[in-house]
Parts: sequence; structure tokens; C-alpha cells
Amino acid sequence: MTKQKVMQAILQCNERGDKAFVPYIMAGDGGLQTLKKNILFLQEAGAAAIEVGIPFSDPVADGEVIQQAGERALTEGVTLRKVMAELASFKEEVTVPLVIMTYLNPILSYGLQAMAADCENSGVYGLIVPDLPLEESGLLKSALEGTDIALIQLVSLTSPAERINAIAEAAEGFIYAVTVNGITGVRDSFTEGLEDHLERLKAASSVPVLAGFGISTPEHVRSLGALADGVIVGSAIVSAFHEGDLPTIRTLIDASKNQVSQI
Amino acid sequence: MQKTETKGRYGKFGGQFVPETLMTALQELETAYEEAQQDPAFSEELNGYLKDFVGRETPLFFAEHLTKHAGGAKIYLKREDLNHTGAHKINNSLGQALLAIRMGKKKIVAETGAGQHGVATATACALLGLECVVFMGKEDIRRQELNVFRMELLGASVVSVDKGAGTLKDAVNEALRYWVSNVEDTHYILGSALGPHPFPQIVRDFQCVIGNETKQQIMEKENRLPDAVVACIGGGSNAIGMFHPFVDDEDVKLYGVEAAGSGISTGKHAAAIAGKQEGVLHGAYMYVLQDEDGFIQEAHSISAGLDYPAVGPEHCHLHDIDRVQYDSVTDQQALEGLQLLSRVEGIIPALESAHAVYYSVQLAKKMKEEEILVICLSGRGDKDVQTVRDALGGQA
Ligand SMILES: Cc1ncc(COP(=O)(O)O)c(C=O)c1O
Repeated sequence: MTKQKVMQAILQCNERGDKAFVPYIMAGDGGLQTLKKNILFLQEAGAAAIEVGIPFSDPVADGEVIQQAGERALTEGVTLRKVMAELASFKEEVTVPLVIMTYLNPILSYGLQAMAADCENSGVYGLIVPDLPLEESGLLKSALEGTDIALIQLVSLTSPAERINAIAEAAEGFIYAVTVNGITGVRDSFTEGLEDHLERLKAASSVPVLAGFGISTPEHVRSLGALADGVIVGSAIVSAFHEGDLPTIRTLIDASKNQVSQI
Repeated sequence: MQKTETKGRYGKFGGQFVPETLMTALQELETAYEEAQQDPAFSEELNGYLKDFVGRETPLFFAEHLTKHAGGAKIYLKREDLNHTGAHKINNSLGQALLAIRMGKKKIVAETGAGQHGVATATACALLGLECVVFMGKEDIRRQELNVFRMELLGASVVSVDKGAGTLKDAVNEALRYWVSNVEDTHYILGSALGPHPFPQIVRDFQCVIGNETKQQIMEKENRLPDAVVACIGGGSNAIGMFHPFVDDEDVKLYGVEAAGSGISTGKHAAAIAGKQEGVLHGAYMYVLQDEDGFIQEAHSISAGLDYPAVGPEHCHLHDIDRVQYDSVTDQQALEGLQLLSRVEGIIPALESAHAVYYSVQLAKKMKEEEILVICLSGRGDKDVQTVRDALGGQA
């Protein structure tokens, strides 16, 4: 298998008895200069990998918190091009793999080959494209062939068994298990079938399974972490950075440490 | 763009660029639609409503005075403005509402720009006993205040969208978010020939009643097919419904009219095909207005129904293979078209349709007297009277 970097980062966490904690940040929320600061902070605080979100004009998969962060970043003039250049400028200091999360159109506009090349040059080892389901993924997959950049697929609660298997088979890096029917954002509770769903996913998949969407408290990190190989936390991290509340971020990350798997 | 394995492609356009959470719903919709197409009871029920509730078939009217005014081809109007609720949108809303019932979904979400699709969907839901939520941009709510109240009278709840410019694109974003969050019991009635497969196909098929009737009517009246057919393009549903039955009739020239807003060169327009840039928006690969970073741009048009920065995938393909000619008409010209048709024929067209009227007059002038031109008069202008009065400074 060629796509190793992101998966290995998660497996190393699991070997230490930790769950992988993957925070999501909105690139350029508060200005492009915050990108380096925030990435280095998360790396030091114990993130396994970091998801770097690119602002977009029409973020249909995102809830209020990330939409607003995106709007702030757009106001700052942040674009995919600027983020890639910025990441390249401090890549030597980054030891955890970065994963870019962007809607498809900015990548199409950037150029698929150029995007692959610049990811390799910026410490980016994964791409998450929320509006690119398995059926459409061919165009980006071929551009990433021969690189160590994983095209990370999402699986939703609504995906039936055959789809789950097809996605698991094609999976690279990790599987992003969407834990709610809906968009990103803070939730109080999760549906009852979630445990079985994550168990089925883990059984079907040869790459780690990370749970994400709606995870916002240390309790969520612990309870959902227990059902998966790790968690992705977006809106809560984005809010905390926006408010300058770094202790909350540490508490969230710490909740992923020393978790013995319950499955 | 490379070819991928998906269905629902029109040349390189179309596809299913949506969050994974929606893929199952799209596949369910596709299956339900295929079954409905095989079921004579479905079309019988739909046709019954189209006849007795909507008032179809709509007339094909010979516009004698407009013809004289232009001084060229004979101009006919396909009177979609006479449909119940005032536009072609009801053809699609009813079809999809019946489809939702087949799928066991009791709730409907829809977006609306001019309010026509929202009113049509609220109407279909009232008729068929479905719950209905309509997302509408804040700016459009301002422009189309009465349509908001109309939807509410019909029992729908209208949610104002204040993101972006508060127009149709933003309403679609919000409707999609709502659908992702409520997909298990809710069907999304998309209002134009846009979005991920199978929507462009479903919307087209339900709108093809326009072109099919036109074909039969013109044969009855003239015993031949028209030389030119003209329709305005927002997302492209009235146009594709009119064009599709004529696509294989090579002697029938087809013209799609985009909204040029303040003029293409000003950048304030909604003419995505004229903009020439390809990209992905709302689930489909299409011509999309965007900046050099791939951010989608706001569209601009005096007519809320054309105020969308992309054009449905089948039109993009028909453009690329040169089967349909796409041109554009400015706000000012559309206003002229609206005034003209009102004066000479006693028909106040919707601002959207007025784009097609203006273009047709110019086109007819260049055609011979024995030639025939058909305009798809997609809707009536009642909803636009306030906008038009403001734009004309009160001078009719
Ligand atoms: C009367 C009328 N015509 C045309 C349109 C444009 O939509 P489409 O291109 O899908 O026909 C609208 C949209 O609201 C409309 O109300």
C-alpha cells in the first residue's frame, strides 16, 4: 500500500494506548499568520494529524460555527493558493501529517496535478473533499497516484452495507465516519445505532476508523473514541481558537490519551 | 475533466458531487423514479392533476401583434403563464411531490428564488397533504414579498437565508444543509434542471410536457415544426422542458437566453455559459460563474428566477455540441420586452420570460415571414409588478 503517512500516525497513537485526536482548524480564521501558530500549538498538545480547512463560498456540508469561521477567513482574503504557500513556508517545523479539507471547486480551479505536487511540497498527506463521493473520486485519485497523499473518504450513517464495503475497500489513510445525519457542528447526543455502525465499519476496513461531526466535549471524545480508532473535532476547536481558549483545546486532546479500546 | 464512472452525465457535465450522507437518498430517488416511470398509474395520476388542477394543456397562442411589431417570423407563445400558480414550475413540483409520496416521505424541502418554485411546491404540498419548508434568500424575500405570504397562506413555512447575497444560490445551500440533516423523512424538490443526478433528468422529464404539447399544437395549427424555439435560462428547467422534445429535429433551431444583468462586460450578470468557466456547484459539474480561486460568484439579474451563477448540466452539453445557441439579454432589454408584450398582446410576462420575449423580437426580425418562432412564456408577471414599477421609476 502506498498511502502510509496518515495511517501510521494514527496507528502509532493506538500503539501507545491513545486514541488518535485529529483537530480541524479553519485556515486563516484570524488572519493567515495564525495558521503556523495554531498548527504548532496542536502538534505540541498531542494531535495525531491536523485537518486544515479551506474557506469556501458555498460550504454546504458545514454548520454555523465553521461557516462563520470560513466567512471570517474569506474576509481576510484567504484562498487555497495562499494556504498552500503558507504551509510550504514552515513545513520543516511540522512533524504531524497535515490533511487538507476543501470543497472540490477550489481544487479544480487550482489544477489537480498542481494540487498534488504542492501537497507533497507542503507536508500535506491527505485530502478530504466533502462533495466528492466514491463514485466521483476517480479524477482526484488518479492525480494522487504514486504520492503518499491519501484521499480520505467519508462514510455516513445512511450508507448501506454494500456502500460501506465499497468505500472501505477503496479507503486510504483512514475512514472518516460521520457520526450524525447532518452538517458539522456541536451536538448534544448521538443516535443509538452508532455503536453498531462503527463496529461494522471497523470490521470492514483495513485502515483506521475515525469518528467525526458533532464531537465537542471531553466526554464525547472519550465515549466515541472508545468505539473508534480516534476522533475528529472541528467546531469546538474552531470556536476555541476564535475565542483564544487554548486550555479547552488541551482538555479535549487530553481526553483522547490513555484510552484502552473497548472493542 | 476526466470521465468517471458515474451515471447522470451529459457529455462531461453533471454527476453527483454531494456529501456521502446524500448518496443513499439520491440512489433511492433514482430507483423510485425508475419504478414510477414504469408504472402507468403514476403518469395517470400526474396527468390527472396536470389537467384538472393545473389547467393543462396550456394554449399555444399566435401573437399577431408582436409578429407585426417585429416584422419577420410568425411568433407563437407557449402560455405556461396560464398554469395554476403562474409559471411552469408547478409541472415539476407536482411530479416530484407524487414521487415523494411513493417513497414514503411526508416532508418536503425546497429552495426558491423568484418565489415561483416555492409557491408551486407549497401548492403541491397543500394539495397532497405534505409538510413543506421553503428556503428563500433575504434579498429575494424583499423582492418577492407577496410570494412569501402566498406560500404561508398555503401552509408552508418560509425560512429566510441571510448568508451570501441572500439570493437563490444561498437558498440552495441552506436547503441542501436541511436535506442532509433530515434526509430520512424528507424529500428535496429541487426547482430547476440542476443539482446532482437524478435531479436534472427528473426535472427535465416533468417539464417536457411543455415541448411535447408545443410540438403537437404547432402541427395542428401550422402542420409543420417551428424554425426557432426560444426560452429563458435560469437553471434551465423551462428551457430544457421545451427544447428536449425538439433536440432530434435538426431543422428546429433552439435558442437559450441567459440573463446579462447590467451587461456581461460589467461582471454583474447571471450568464454562466457566456462566462465560459467550468466547475462544480450544488452537486453537478457545469458552467459556473467563479473567481480565479474557484470561489463561486454571486449572480446579478433584475429577475430573481434567473439570478443563479450556473446553468444545468444538460444545457452545458447542448452548448458544447452546438445544438442550442445561448445568448444573453440585459435587465434593461428584458424590461423593454415586458413592456412591449404587455402593450401589444395584453400579456404581462414574468421578468424571466421577458428575456426570451426581447430576444425573440430581435431574432424574428432577421427571419422570413413564412418562418415560425415559438417563445416559451414561462410565467406571468404579477409577481414582478412592484420590481418593474421601481425599475421604471413609476412610468409604465
Ligand atoms: C417564470 C419563470 N421563468 C423562468 C424561471 C427560471 O428557471 P428555469 O431556468 O429553471 O426555467 C423562473 C424561476 O423562478 C420563473 O419563475
